[in-house]
Amino acid sequence: MQAANANAAPADTTDYVTVFVGETMFGLTIDRVHDVFVPAGITPVPLAPREIVGLLNLRGRVVTALCLRRRLSLPDRASGAAQMAIGLEQAGETFALIVDGVGEVLKLGAETHEPVPINLDPRWRDLSLGVHRLDGRLLVILDVDALLAFGDAQRDAKVA
Amino acid sequence: MDDLLREFLVESAEHLDTVDAELVRFEQDPNNQQILRNIFRLVHTIKGTCGFLGLPRLEALAHAAETLMGRFRDGYPVSGASVTLILATLDRLKAILGDLEATGAEPAGSDDDLIGALEKMASDDAPAAAAHAPAPAPAAIVLPPPVERELKPGEVSLDDLERAFMEAPGPDDFFVPEPAPQVAEEPAFEMQAEEAPEPVAPRAAAAEGGEGPIAKVQTIRVNVDTIEHLMTMVSELVLTRNQLLEIARRHEDSGYKVPLQRLSHVTAELQEGVMKTRMQPIGNAWQKLPRVVRDLSAELGKGIELVMSGAETELDRQVLDVIKDPLTHMVRNSADHGIEATNERIKAGKPARGTIRLSAYHEGGTITIEIADDGKGLDLAAIRKKAVERNFAPAAEIEKMTDAQVAKFIFHAGFSTAKAVTSVSGRGVGMDVVKTNIETIGGVVDIATELGKGTTFTIKIPLTLAIVSALIVKAGAQRYAVPQIAVLELVRVDAKGAKEGANAIERINGAPVLRLRERLLPIVTLQGLMRGQATVEEGEVVESGFVVVAQVGRQRFGVLVDEVFHTEEIVVKPMSSKLRHIPLFAGNTILGDGAVVLIVDPNGVAKLVGQSAQSGAVAESEAEEVEAGDAKATLLVFKGGAGGFKAVPLSLVTRLEEIDAAKIEWLGGRPLIQYRGRLMPLVPADPSIALRTEGSQALVVFSDGDRAMGLVVDEIVDIVEERLDIEISADRSDLIGSAVLRGRATDIINIAHFLPLAYDDWARGPRKAAVKAPSLLLVDDSAFFRDMLTPVLKAAGYSVSTASSADEALKALLSNPGIDLVVSDLDMPGRSGFDLVGAMRKAGGRLAEMPVVALTGTVGPEAIEQARKLAISDLVAKFDRSGLLAALAEIGEPGLARAA
Repeated sequence: MQAANANAAPADTTDYVTVFVGETMFGLTIDRVHDVFVPAGITPVPLAPREIVGLLNLRGRVVTALCLRRRLSLPDRASGAAQMAIGLEQAGETFALIVDGVGEVLKLGAETHEPVPINLDPRWRDLSLGVHRLDGRLLVILDVDALLAFGDAQRDAKVA
Repeated sequence: MDDLLREFLVESAEHLDTVDAELVRFEQDPNNQQILRNIFRLVHTIKGTCGFLGLPRLEALAHAAETLMGRFRDGYPVSGASVTLILATLDRLKAILGDLEATGAEPAGSDDDLIGALEKMASDDAPAAAAHAPAPAPAAIVLPPPVERELKPGEVSLDDLERAFMEAPGPDDFFVPEPAPQVAEEPAFEMQAEEAPEPVAPRAAAAEGGEGPIAKVQTIRVNVDTIEHLMTMVSELVLTRNQLLEIARRHEDSGYKVPLQRLSHVTAELQEGVMKTRMQPIGNAWQKLPRVVRDLSAELGKGIELVMSGAETELDRQVLDVIKDPLTHMVRNSADHGIEATNERIKAGKPARGTIRLSAYHEGGTITIEIADDGKGLDLAAIRKKAVERNFAPAAEIEKMTDAQVAKFIFHAGFSTAKAVTSVSGRGVGMDVVKTNIETIGGVVDIATELGKGTTFTIKIPLTLAIVSALIVKAGAQRYAVPQIAVLELVRVDAKGAKEGANAIERINGAPVLRLRERLLPIVTLQGLMRGQATVEEGEVVESGFVVVAQVGRQRFGVLVDEVFHTEEIVVKPMSSKLRHIPLFAGNTILGDGAVVLIVDPNGVAKLVGQSAQSGAVAESEAEEVEAGDAKATLLVFKGGAGGFKAVPLSLVTRLEEIDAAKIEWLGGRPLIQYRGRLMPLVPADPSIALRTEGSQALVVFSDGDRAMGLVVDEIVDIVEERLDIEISADRSDLIGSAVLRGRATDIINIAHFLPLAYDDWARGPRKAAVKAPSLLLVDDSAFFRDMLTPVLKAAGYSVSTASSADEALKALLSNPGIDLVVSDLDMPGRSGFDLVGAMRKAGGRLAEMPVVALTGTVGPEAIEQARKLAISDLVAKFDRSGLLAALAEIGEPGLARAA
């Protein structure tokens, strides 16, 4: 697989944690991922932006849980369906990205990388950094900063 | 060495290190006003502190350096030479500080060389001249006074101090001034900046081994982050322990239990300890203020008194650190600018000594600190002028600004209206720093000022980071924490009639209200608030649960929750940046069981409630009333007849209804409606009101026993609580008079007029007609209350006579043997109700045993005690109509028996 090839030239490769939402596989650069855990006991926050499903306690820290499905404007998963969370950090704050499942870590080189297809839904386009061609499926690389950049813009819009 | 000095040393060393680094940065970026302001402020702080600690050498040096930096701020070009000179001065400062730390006293010596050079540079107009100035030509030292300042009374004492220091035996290691670095090249400064802290350390170390070393403070400074991290770890430990306890409960193996209990105990103690490290009483920050004020008072030649209250108010350490300096600044400012000179004060007819009041208290989830002086107040005209001069805002805009906005200009960097620059203040630093520091922790500063009366600064700091005691409540499926500070009381409510004596929520046009000790409390539901609205949705059940009575500022309201659990000390964690815009939450926390709960911000809720209120005045007047207490009446205001406003005491009203106009029936020419299984006559509140034939018709229902009457009104407007001042006594029997309510002329209707219209026999007490009606004497100084209660009492079957004062009542009692019982107001001008009852008891015979029901605005323990002594049958709140009737019914039987 590509991962094997990539091992030969470690300088050009990046490690991605793969996550699933529905049928799509997404990749997050491993250096942004602090944790992978099963989210439990989410406290919903009234009046919060739609993307935020609530707050949860991750080993004594209060973490803001963010639903990747809602962020990507996908329908909510059926209630009771399995979910996993990826711990991300930004500006000293911890966020939990709620996904349907977490896959393996892939080491990928630049040779499989493609720019974001222009016909992709703009909401997705803004959140992705590119696509990797894998055997039999595609991996959409997510831009973590863009993912977490929703609340402020919304607030600014409200102010204006 | 005293604490102040020790603290000063630690702080100054830090400040100087910062200044070193910043200066180098500033030289590379001379246009960066931010850096300059920062440097200027730090040096100013050092200078100020030296001033009141009596360290003339340091003060003189810092002052000279500050003067030069002040020139930079005014646009004087920044040269390498000038920065070198300032750095040299900083090194000298550090050297002196080092000695000070070792010996506890400022070393003897002269800094005239540096001061001279600094002053020379500061007074040089041509920038070119500055180039050759850095070499501090020691030969050229004239003998100027070491400090150059405006003439102030304090000046003399400083000179004396310096002389005293000069004469005192100096330490052996007499400090020889270092020559300033010769060349103004960048690497040189950088090196110097790095070396800068060194002189302090070795000297201090050396001193430790020497004779009479000063013991170091037995505390260490810990980074707040470290404590924060500890806190997180402890929280985690608590969670783990809880899980273990849970497991232990399931397993019967007692082998665990003892060590687990121990773990549990240690964890609790650890948690408490870590929490404690974060909290400090605000008094810690105030410790040095009395001395500051005393010294200032001496220096400025003014008598100033500092009054402090609320020193025990606990603050988060971090918050305390941030506000410490601003507080000192503000107190100094008040002393210097606020309080007038003694002779001016005497001229203005004020006490010769000025007073600065410093107080701190918790309020609605914030900590409020007030600094109030009784000085001359801010000269807003001068500030306006200055603001225009300094071009802080377009002149036209400044013209239009309110006084409060204008007052805030004093927080502008570089602003100072002081006529003279003194060593205390007047350089225009300080106030902008105050504001910046307070704002960094999310606080606000407000100014209230009155020319000639004084100025009050109010600092409000949110409780973020603080540990608070919170009430854990449940609404819907969620738990929330409500800071206890805002909670006045909890009231259980049940559906009306579900339980005897239970509080019930009533509705006015759908809006829920609760009668609480004869006051109406607007009710919002926590669930509604969580939808972002203060109103109640159609169909929402508000009839049972708990009402959390909250007070924020001057606003009172009730928040209905489903369940109340317990109180818990919680650590407030700030909301995520994505959620901070929601005003309802002050933060979040992790409870003992590991669940995350949101902390309700009472201020945010109050704002939401306030928005839906008709006007801000509602809250105002309601809160005023809290203080004023009695003599206010709650009135229902409605529109009836030709658009005029009418009102009726709410205590007489049983219910407000909106009925379908189609259901009104006519019997014998009178309108009736089927109401709760009975026929209820309808009476228009004004002859001009026509009954509606379609749509809904508003009714005010009055009832007594099983009889009810519907007063037909056009529209129910409001419920107001105001001091009643009936202005015109109407000659119409349907009106008692008119009063101004909420700024509107309003007719107060006389229910006694309407009741007989509904039932001809109402006032005749039909149910008791068979028995001789007990005779009751109603004593109240207010004609309004007499008029209001008389029909009620008559309707209850008493024959009523009235008296408007205790004297009149006594006369009536003595002359009329037919009176069976007395209902008396307690709060009357002249002789009070208690006096009346006392006199009755003394009079003996019939009067000594006569049952008395007392009406009072406030039922306090003292009143109850006194009432018991005087054998008063019952104390009833003044507007509690049903309470009064119940009390009368209770004593009615024996009273009647005796009368018969």
